[in-house]
Amino acid sequence: MATTGTGQEEFTLDTASQLAEEEGGARIEGRSPWALAGRRLRRNRFALAFLGLFVLIVVACLLAGVYAHHVSHLGQNDTNTGGVITVNGNKVHVISQGHTTIVNGIPKIVIGGVPIGPQWGNAGGQYILGADVLGRDTATRLLYGGRNSLFIGFTSALICTVLSVVFALLAGYFGGATDWIISRIFDLIWAFPVVLLGIALGTALSLNGFHHGPINISGNSLWIPIGVISFVFIPYIGRPLRGQVLALRQREFIEAATAQGAGSLRIMFSELLPNIASSVLVLFTLIVASTILTEAALSFLGAGVQPPNPSWGTMIADGQGTLANNPWLSLWAGLMLALTVLSINVFGDGLRDALDPRAKVRIEH
Amino acid sequence: MVAFVIRRIFGMILVLVAVSFIVYLIFIVIPGGDPALRLAGRVATPANIASIRQKLGLDHNVIVQWFDMVKSLLNGSLISYYDGTNVVQQIKEGLPATFSLCIGAGIIWLGFGILVGTLSAITAGRATDRVITGLALIGISLPVAWLGLILLYLFTENGLGGTFGTLFPPGGYVPLSQDPVQWVYHLILPWLTLAVLFIGFYGRVLRSNILDTINEDFVRTAKAKGLTSRRILVKHVLRASLIPIVTLFGLDFAAVLGGGAIITEAVYSLHGVGYLAFQAISTQDLPTLMGVTLYGAAFIVFFSMLVDIAYAYLDPRIRLT
Repeated sequence: MATTGTGQEEFTLDTASQLAEEEGGARIEGRSPWALAGRRLRRNRFALAFLGLFVLIVVACLLAGVYAHHVSHLGQNDTNTGGVITVNGNKVHVISQGHTTIVNGIPKIVIGGVPIGPQWGNAGGQYILGADVLGRDTATRLLYGGRNSLFIGFTSALICTVLSVVFALLAGYFGGATDWIISRIFDLIWAFPVVLLGIALGTALSLNGFHHGPINISGNSLWIPIGVISFVFIPYIGRPLRGQVLALRQREFIEAATAQGAGSLRIMFSELLPNIASSVLVLFTLIVASTILTEAALSFLGAGVQPPNPSWGTMIADGQGTLANNPWLSLWAGLMLALTVLSINVFGDGLRDALDPRAKVRIEH
Repeated sequence: MVAFVIRRIFGMILVLVAVSFIVYLIFIVIPGGDPALRLAGRVATPANIASIRQKLGLDHNVIVQWFDMVKSLLNGSLISYYDGTNVVQQIKEGLPATFSLCIGAGIIWLGFGILVGTLSAITAGRATDRVITGLALIGISLPVAWLGLILLYLFTENGLGGTFGTLFPPGGYVPLSQDPVQWVYHLILPWLTLAVLFIGFYGRVLRSNILDTINEDFVRTAKAKGLTSRRILVKHVLRASLIPIVTLFGLDFAAVLGGGAIITEAVYSLHGVGYLAFQAISTQDLPTLMGVTLYGAAFIVFFSMLVDIAYAYLDPRIRLT
């Protein structure tokens, strides 16, 4: 209890908290940085709204297998080129049949081979968002494609982050030759243009798959784009983290841990890792946005997800052929991609502001 | 300074040698099985396969094969598996389109990036800043292929644009020497498509750089001297904030030249180096992809070295490290 009266006592932070307690009755409690960050994040309504949008997209795609076929009556890869559906009582071809009709004496040419556009609810749940050139249901493929895109984006971001963290810890902690070798590996991967390296690896791997040693992956497996994308982004996370570990390595608490007899592994994972955790989290959100866009780019070019499997990138490419007469196909897939990546970016910004209002973590492109 | 430059050039050569070895691993070792089997087709006789193996030098050991690959690239004798055309020659023919696309887009994204970032920083917290920040976030979230297709649909005769008459051509490349007006006309949409992502990104980086610099001591000194705020912004704040942007530009520009513009080239059928790679994917033509990848990496490594040297020239402290 602080003694008041003489005014000669030393006034410390403890005295302040005791005084506050006497006056207000409430104790001042220490809050962990994570709790403070959580509170700042909860106050950022904007970031939370976009997190909500992102969760909505993910849940809708993940549950596609539960509800999609009940609505559209078609599976993700079911074709229906000769199909006829009933729209408001009229029979309509899913893929238009080319013919000429006379309307008021003027011949009108109907182009063949154009897939049907969005039917919204008019066809009893079929082709809500239209069809592609093979008569497949766009809405169904959009959901399953989203599942593939999100799965590849997240898994590759996760693998990439884990590898980068391990590399950064090893390089920063051991320094010397280890650091030199790991930094040169980063330099080498960095020297390739991301999309081109992705294409090179993706094409080479999808020829016959990967069959070396105990690993056997077939050419159209989703693990090929996942492996390719997680590999090309390693230096983009590894480099900034290595710098942070290198700086932390010189701090007193590491010296203290060494003096207590802590081994290398314990220092790396119990002392250094918690101190870079907030950066890792922020970099992870930034890299997820990049991996999802890269997956779309590779799949668009034909070096990512292999047909007939859908992904948002392959769907944009599918729509390219019918762009003039039916732009919807490309539109939906790109819109979903843009919304997903935007929501991740907005939430990532909010997360960065919450974790450290003065942080300067960013991904160099 | 001379020692620094020599060291960097030496480092660049080492990196290029390592890069070529990685490319060799990707294209010759990874594709499971024997490239000769793939080339010989389905009805190959053992003698047939053996002769292809010998022709391609596949019976040599790893180091010799790698050396042969580099040699064929350097002396321009690398031949496409698919149509037998000369890969190095095709890359050379693609260069004008790729350079036209990248230089134009680079000027647009650097100019607008600086404009947007500065505007956003001097109005920080106000409505203009919020709108720009929002647009920049949208810009960095758009898939390039999609943006290209949407622009094609909206502004060319193939889509909605057709109802307004032809606004822009749907793609293709007209050489600058042939018709400068058509050259610009054909490149406007591709330039915008390629630049949007970078405008958003540079705007964001510059905004935070300027906001950091404004709190520096030398800015306070300038204010204390009674300089006008315009002069402080242009002569003091911007000059300091733009250094990281220039570095970024050097590296991004190299990446775009080195194959980063492949999607834009594919969407607009610009027959540049990226388009070459795009076509090689569908025909699974590994030598072409190998040539383009090495060409791209060489550009990035070369530009990184230039940026390093320019940086060391501007800031002598860097030369020591």
